[in-house]
Amino acid sequence: MRKWLWVMVFTVLPALHGAWADSPAPNPNDAAGALVSDMSPAMADRFRHLTLQLRCLVCQNESLFDSPSDFAADMRREIKNMMVNKGMTDKQITDFLVARYGDFILFNPPLQSNTLMLWFGPFILVMIGAATLLIYIRRRRRAPAESELTAAQQQQVKALLNDRGGENKA
Amino acid sequence: MKLKYLLPLAVFVVIAIFLGVGLERDPRLVPSPLINKPAPSFSLSTLADPRRVMTRNDMLGKVWLFNVWASWCVSCREEHPLLVALSKADIVPIYGLNYKDNRKDAQQWLDNWGNPYVQVATDMDGKVGIDYGVYGVPETYVIDKKGIIRYKQIGPLTTDILKNKIIPMVRELQG
Repeated sequence: MRKWLWVMVFTVLPALHGAWADSPAPNPNDAAGALVSDMSPAMADRFRHLTLQLRCLVCQNESLFDSPSDFAADMRREIKNMMVNKGMTDKQITDFLVARYGDFILFNPPLQSNTLMLWFGPFILVMIGAATLLIYIRRRRRAPAESELTAAQQQQVKALLNDRGGENKA
Repeated sequence: MKLKYLLPLAVFVVIAIFLGVGLERDPRLVPSPLINKPAPSFSLSTLADPRRVMTRNDMLGKVWLFNVWASWCVSCREEHPLLVALSKADIVPIYGLNYKDNRKDAQQWLDNWGNPYVQVATDMDGKVGIDYGVYGVPETYVIDKKGIIRYKQIGPLTTDILKNKIIPMVRELQG
C-alpha cells in the first residue's frame, strides 16, 4: 500500500501543479487588455485562455497574450477576428495557426510520433530508476544477515569497551 | 562484474549527449509547415502602381523567389546587396512582399539601395504575411512552377545559403 502512496506523490502532484500555474485575471493594462475590453466576459475569458497557450514566435517564451511585440499584437487582432467575426472554434484557430507557423507556436506540445520521447521519456526513466531501486532492495534483503559474533569475539568487544570506559573515568 | 559500476556512467553519458544536442538545436529552425504545400494565394496592389494587382497565380509556370521585406527592417538592408547581385545574375526572378510598410518609405528604400524585384506586392496590414507564416522579416521563399513552396529562409540570406542551397535548388526545379 505504501508503494502506491509514492506513486501518487510522483504522478498526481505534478499534474496538479499545472492547475496552479494558471495566470491571473486579465488586467486592462495588459498588452491584450484593450482588445478584450469590448468582448463579452465569456468570450474574453476564451480569448485569454487561448492566447496564453500560444507562443509569441519573436520573443523568448512569452505568450501571445502577454507579449507587447508587434507580431503578437497582429496575431491577437487576427485571433480576435477569427473568434468574434468568423465564429471559429479554438480548435479551428489553433489549426489555422499551426498550419502557418508550425507546432512551435503551441506551448503544449501535441502528442504525435515525433514527441513520444518527450511525453513518455521521463516516465520511462522514472520506471527504470524505480526498477533498479527495487531490485537493489530485494537483493539486500535476501543477502544473509551478518554473522553473530563468537563468544570469544564478544569477550574482546566487552574488554575493549570497558577499557575505554575506564580511560574516560580516569 | 566491474562493468556493473560503469552502468551509471553509461546512462549519464547517454542522457548528457541527448541534452547537449537538444541545447544546440534552435527550435525556431524547425522547417515551416508550409514546405511542399501550395503557396497561399493573395491579391495585392503593386508598389510601383497601386492600381495594378499582383496575384500568386501570375507567377505560375516559373520558379521564383518571394522575398518578404520592409523599409523598417534592419536585417533587410544586410541581405539587400545579395538580392541585387542575384537579380543581376538573372538566375531566378525575385518578387517582393513589402510587409507592414508604407508606399513612400518602401519606394524611397528601393530608390536608395537598388531594386532587385520584378514586382513588389504591398501587404500593408500584414494579412498575407500571416498566411505565409511570416514572423521575422526578412524571409525568403523558393516557389516552384506549380506554385508549391519548396524552401523557406527565415532571417537574412547569406552568400553561403544562396550558393549552396537556394541556387542549386532553383536550378533543379527549373529542370
